[in-house]
Amino acid sequence: MTEPTSQERTHTPASTSERITTEQVAKVAKLARLRLTEEELTRFTGQLGDVLEHAADLDLLDLEGVEPMAQPIPLANVFRKDVPGPILDRDEVLAVAPAAEDGFFRVPPVLGESE
Amino acid sequence: MSSAIDIAASVQSGERSALEVVEEHLGAIAERESEVHAFNLVTTDHAIAAASAVDELVAKGGPLGPLAGVPVAIKDNLCTRGVATTCSSKILEGWVPPYDATVVTRLAAAGAIMVGKTNMDEFAMGSSTENSAFGPTRNPHDLSRVPGGSSGGSAAAVAAGFAPISLGSDTGGSIRQPAALCGVVGVKPTYGTVSRLGLIAFGSSLDQVGPFANSVAEAALVCEVIGGHDPGDSTSLPQAFPAVSEHLSDGVAGMRIGLITEMMGEGIAPDVAKRIRAAAEWLAAAGAEVEEVSVPAVTFGLSAYYLVAPAEASSNLSRYDGVRYGLRVEAPTTGEMMELTRTAGFGDEVKRRIMLGTYALSAGYYDAFYGTALKVRTLIRRDFDKAYERFDALLSPTSPTTAFSFGDKTADPMSMYLNDVCTIATNLAGHPAMSVPYGLGDDGMPVGAQVLAPALGEVAMFRVAAVLEGSLA
Repeated sequence: MTEPTSQERTHTPASTSERITTEQVAKVAKLARLRLTEEELTRFTGQLGDVLEHAADLDLLDLEGVEPMAQPIPLANVFRKDVPGPILDRDEVLAVAPAAEDGFFRVPPVLGESE
Repeated sequence: MSSAIDIAASVQSGERSALEVVEEHLGAIAERESEVHAFNLVTTDHAIAAASAVDELVAKGGPLGPLAGVPVAIKDNLCTRGVATTCSSKILEGWVPPYDATVVTRLAAAGAIMVGKTNMDEFAMGSSTENSAFGPTRNPHDLSRVPGGSSGGSAAAVAAGFAPISLGSDTGGSIRQPAALCGVVGVKPTYGTVSRLGLIAFGSSLDQVGPFANSVAEAALVCEVIGGHDPGDSTSLPQAFPAVSEHLSDGVAGMRIGLITEMMGEGIAPDVAKRIRAAAEWLAAAGAEVEEVSVPAVTFGLSAYYLVAPAEASSNLSRYDGVRYGLRVEAPTTGEMMELTRTAGFGDEVKRRIMLGTYALSAGYYDAFYGTALKVRTLIRRDFDKAYERFDALLSPTSPTTAFSFGDKTADPMSMYLNDVCTIATNLAGHPAMSVPYGLGDDGMPVGAQVLAPALGEVAMFRVAAVLEGSLA
């Protein structure tokens, strides 16, 4: 994933009432490493817009001073004891990988990507 | 077909062999699976080998677990060592997990025998099992209708008699809604009471594994077998699953039960609402104090969920990139390989949710969408907490309608998402809830009553469920 440019970072805060555009969906698809056809881009933009439009009802709520809840249980900083235990068998893991070589996952060249 | 409890008793006593039980169920599968399509894979050889192993134990005099010889169907997003696990997605094609999910290990240790991996909406995203890359599952009560989803295969497997019990996963209703539509019992336990190790992640702060069964007692037993602390899951609570089985005949006399106002009005089919009112009346007749209660923030649950769950999914599903497992579409560079692999491997609904989540988390939009949704989650939790100051358990429909027909809601994702309107708030709060069959709608299809309880309130929840079940006996 590419880092957002400074211009993107200083984006004006969005409102949930703005309708998502095809340009935004195209950008999101690229960030998510998905390639969309023109037909998909149009269709997904409409469908995502509908969901976000429904979500605009959240703007009605007064959320001043409300703490966010990222997960439901009061556990925090759960550590295991630092002792060796059973781990996955490397050969078994690599045997179901798309490509492997010398104990590693093998991938095509990383450099030379055209963005 | 006998219940899991009867099967285990007869296998333990030597009255029946596990092999005989398994062959009977494989026979039922052979007879109807081609029209129901509950399974992505029927694990015949595995089942016969496992049944023979149980029978050897019986011959040796044990020890035998509480589910000895009981066939079980496993949702295909739970890892099974040496047995293909697909999440009903093309992107996991050819992948065979190198380990078992903790719940799978615990079922096997209890003597249960896996008969197959069940069909589902791809990556558990959907409410009809129509999003499976391998074709939909059909509702055993009416093959022209959906079984619900995402655990549609697991619900249908129990409803069709392919297995007396099955496992599903519930992120926004994916156990309870198909249970309601297929007329079986389905339980979503308190977040953290059942291990998620080996459950392929969708929305990690929402996902929970739970059982399907034909009765409340069987579902209770399965919860006790699969539940309890697992050091391999850092979100697993350090305690045993609440001892529900021993309270199933406690009744509801003196219990306070609230009927959720927001889930009885607009958007709920009148025939479904009528059945739930009948359930409330039955509970009152059984000695409970039943009143309507407003839980206002639940009406915002759907909006919050469709920001939180896709946000978590977009992060969890970034691992499917053609490098370590499953599908790879070859390309000259790694970047192109990843893009082509994900484009070819994911279906439309998964792509929509990944994009929605990526958008909700992206620079400039994070606070407006994801941040807002997390605050709404707090409001939902608060409103439930307030209701539980006055009530031991709550009651609502599980699904706003009975099972709908194929294709009814596939063109408009928002109409599909509305199926989860009664179930979603539970996941956002991390609470338990279960669906119990409660008669039929005007179309003759099953209606499910949803019983909700506060975190770790499973005993109260199962007591209410057992009384509802008893009214139909």
